[in-house]
Amino acid sequence: MIEVKKLVKRFGMKAILRGLDFSVQPGEFVALLGPNGAGKTTFLRILASLSRPSLGSVKVAGYSLPNESAKVRARLGVVSHMPLLYPDLTAEENLLFYSRMYGIVDQQERITEVLGMVGLEARRRDLVRTFSRGMQQRLAIGRAVLHDPEVVLFDEPYTGLDQDASEMLDEVLRSVAAKGRTVVMTSHDLARAEELATRFDVLSRGVITASGTREDFKNSNLLDFYKKALEM
Amino acid sequence: MQARPVFLKILDYLSIIVLGVSTYLALVFAPTEAVMGDVQRVFYFHIGTAWVGLMGFVIAAVSGIIYLVTKDMKWDRFEVAAVEVSTVFFFITIALGSIWARPAWNTWWTWDPRLTTAAVTELIYIAYFMLRAGLEDPEKRARFGAVYTLLGGISAPITFMVIRLFRTIHPVVIGSQSAEAQGGFSMTSDMKVAFFFALFAFTIIFIDMIWHRIRLGNLQDNVEQLKLKVTM
Amino acid sequence: MKQPTPSFLKATLAIASKDLAAEFRSRELLSAMLVFSMLVILIFNFALELDVKVRQSVTAGVLWTTFAFAGTLGLNRSMAVEKDRGCMDGLLLAPVDRAAIFFGKAISNLTFMLVVEAIVIPLYALLYNETRIFQLEFLGVLLLGSIGYISVGTLLSTMTVQTRTRDVLLPILLFPVAVPVLLASVKASGGIITGAEFAEILTPLNLLIVYDVIFLAVSYMVFDAVVEE
Repeated sequence: MIEVKKLVKRFGMKAILRGLDFSVQPGEFVALLGPNGAGKTTFLRILASLSRPSLGSVKVAGYSLPNESAKVRARLGVVSHMPLLYPDLTAEENLLFYSRMYGIVDQQERITEVLGMVGLEARRRDLVRTFSRGMQQRLAIGRAVLHDPEVVLFDEPYTGLDQDASEMLDEVLRSVAAKGRTVVMTSHDLARAEELATRFDVLSRGVITASGTREDFKNSNLLDFYKKALEM
Repeated sequence: MQARPVFLKILDYLSIIVLGVSTYLALVFAPTEAVMGDVQRVFYFHIGTAWVGLMGFVIAAVSGIIYLVTKDMKWDRFEVAAVEVSTVFFFITIALGSIWARPAWNTWWTWDPRLTTAAVTELIYIAYFMLRAGLEDPEKRARFGAVYTLLGGISAPITFMVIRLFRTIHPVVIGSQSAEAQGGFSMTSDMKVAFFFALFAFTIIFIDMIWHRIRLGNLQDNVEQLKLKVTM
Repeated sequence: MKQPTPSFLKATLAIASKDLAAEFRSRELLSAMLVFSMLVILIFNFALELDVKVRQSVTAGVLWTTFAFAGTLGLNRSMAVEKDRGCMDGLLLAPVDRAAIFFGKAISNLTFMLVVEAIVIPLYALLYNETRIFQLEFLGVLLLGSIGYISVGTLLSTMTVQTRTRDVLLPILLFPVAVPVLLASVKASGGIITGAEFAEILTPLNLLIVYDVIFLAVSYMVFDAVVEE
C-alpha cells in the first residue's frame, strides 16, 4: 500500500530524512516511533503529499508522489495534532464542507454515519469552538475518513488529550483500522501504540533503524525494543 | 577558499579603469551644458546607474521565472544578486537625480511618474528583502522571492503608466519630448561620447558586482554545508 | 465507495461559501473592517478638514485609502484562520486543483471587501451629502479596483502568513505592488465624481482592467508555488 525507497528530504542544506526505506502492506497498522526531531512529522507530511521529497520514490495506494498527488489525496485521510476544523462552523457544516471538497455524493447520509462512528451525533449542530480538545480530535478523525480512504495517517493524535479522551480516541482509532484500512501513526506514547498497532517501526536520525511485529517481542516488551533500536 | 577566477580578476581591474575613464569623460571631457552649467554632469552617471538598475530588476524577474520552472537554486542566487546590486544602483540614480533636480526644477523631489515609479520600485525591492528575512527554509525563501520579483516586475511598468495620467515634468533626453518637460537639452557629440561610455562602464561594473555577489552566495552555501558537517 | 473528485468550480464555491457561512455567524472580520473604516474616515475628516471644496478633490482618495487599509485587515485575518488551526493543510489535502483554493479565498475576500464598501459608501454619502458617488460608473470602478486589489492581496497574504513577521509584512508587500490599482481607481472614480468627460476616465479604466486580468492570471499560475513545501 505504501512503498518508500531511498527517500531524502532536505531543508536547505540540512537533511531530515536520509535514504529512508519503508513499506506497508494493505491492512497493516504501523506505529512510527522515534524521538522528537527524528523526522516523523516530515515523513508523514511527505506521505500526505503536503511536502515534496527531495530525492527517492514514494508510492501511496499505487500512485507515485508528487506526480500523481491528486489521485493519492483522494485515497488518503490525514489526522494531525491540529484539528483542521473551522471553529465558527458546526460539526455538521465542517463535515459538509469537506464532503464537498472530496466530491462525496450522498453527503447527509455519510455525515450521519461518520458522526455516529465518532460518537458526536448529539452535537452535530454545535459550533466546533464549543468542543473539548478530545471531541475536536474525534471530529477530526471523522473528517479524515469521510471519503472512506484506503490509507489513514495519524500524526501524534493523542497530543493534548487527557486519560478519558485518549481512551475514547482508542476506540475510534480501532474502528477506523477495523475496516481493513492501512494505518500509519506516529506517536511517542509507547503504551497506546503497543495496544493498537500490528507493527512497530523506529525512525531515528532520518532512517528506519528497526522494525518488528508484536510476535517478535513476545517475551520482552515494546519499551525494550524501542530502547535497543535507538542505541543502534 | 577558492581563488578568484582569472576572468573575474580581469573584470575587477577593468571595472576600476572604466569607472575612472567615465568619471573623466563626464567631469572634464564633456562640454559644460549652456543653460544648466556643471550640474548637468551628474546626468551621465544618473543614466548609467538607472540603466543597470532597471536591467537588474528585469533580470531578477526573469531568473525568478526560471527558478519557479527549474527549481534550481543557482537561479535564486542570481536573482538575489541582481536585486541587491540593482537596489543600490537605483538608489544612486535617485540621489543623483535629486541633486540635479534642485537647481533644474528648484526642488529636491517632485511626484513625477519617473521619480514616483523609481521610489515605488525601490520600496518593492526593500519589501522583497523583508519577505526573505521572514522565512527560514531556503527553498521557500527562493520560491516566495521569485513570486514577488515577478509581481514587482509586472506592477512597476503599470505604476509608471498610471502615474503618467497625473502629470510629468521629467525631461526626455532620448526620444520624444513632452511639452511640459523642464530642464531638457540636446546632446552634442562629445556629450554623446561621455553618455554612451557611462552606459558601457556601468554595465561592466554591474556584471562584475553580480558575479561577486553570486560567488558570495555560493561561498555562504559552502559555509553552511561545512557547519553541518562539523555539528554532525 | 470510490468517489469522483469534485469539479474546479464546485471546490471553489465550497471554499467561498464555507468562509461566508463562518463569517456571517461570527462577524469578527466584517465588524473589525467596518469599525476600522469609520475610524479612518473620522481621522481624515479632521486631518484634511473635509469641507465642501476639499471634498470635491479628495473624496475618491479618502475612500480608496480607507478600503485599502481595511482590506489588509480582512486579508490577514481570512488567511490566518486557515493557517492557525491547520485548515490550510486540510484544503491542500483535498483532491482538488490548488488554484481552486486561490479562487475560493479570493471570492470570499472580495465579498468581505464589497460588503464593507456597500456599508461605508452610503454612510459617507450621508455624512457629507455626497450623492454623486451613487453612479453606476463609480460602482463599476469600485468593483474593478477591488478585484485587482484582492487578487494580488490573496496571493500575498498566503505568502505572509507563512513568515515570521506575518501581520506586519502584508501591507509592506501589498501596497507597493498595488499602487497601480489604487491610483488608477482614485483617478477614475475621482473623474466620475467631478463629472469629467468619459474619454478622461477611459485610460485609468483600461489600466485597471489590464491590471486585473494580468494579476488574476499570474496569481492563478504561481499559487501552487506559494502553498507547496
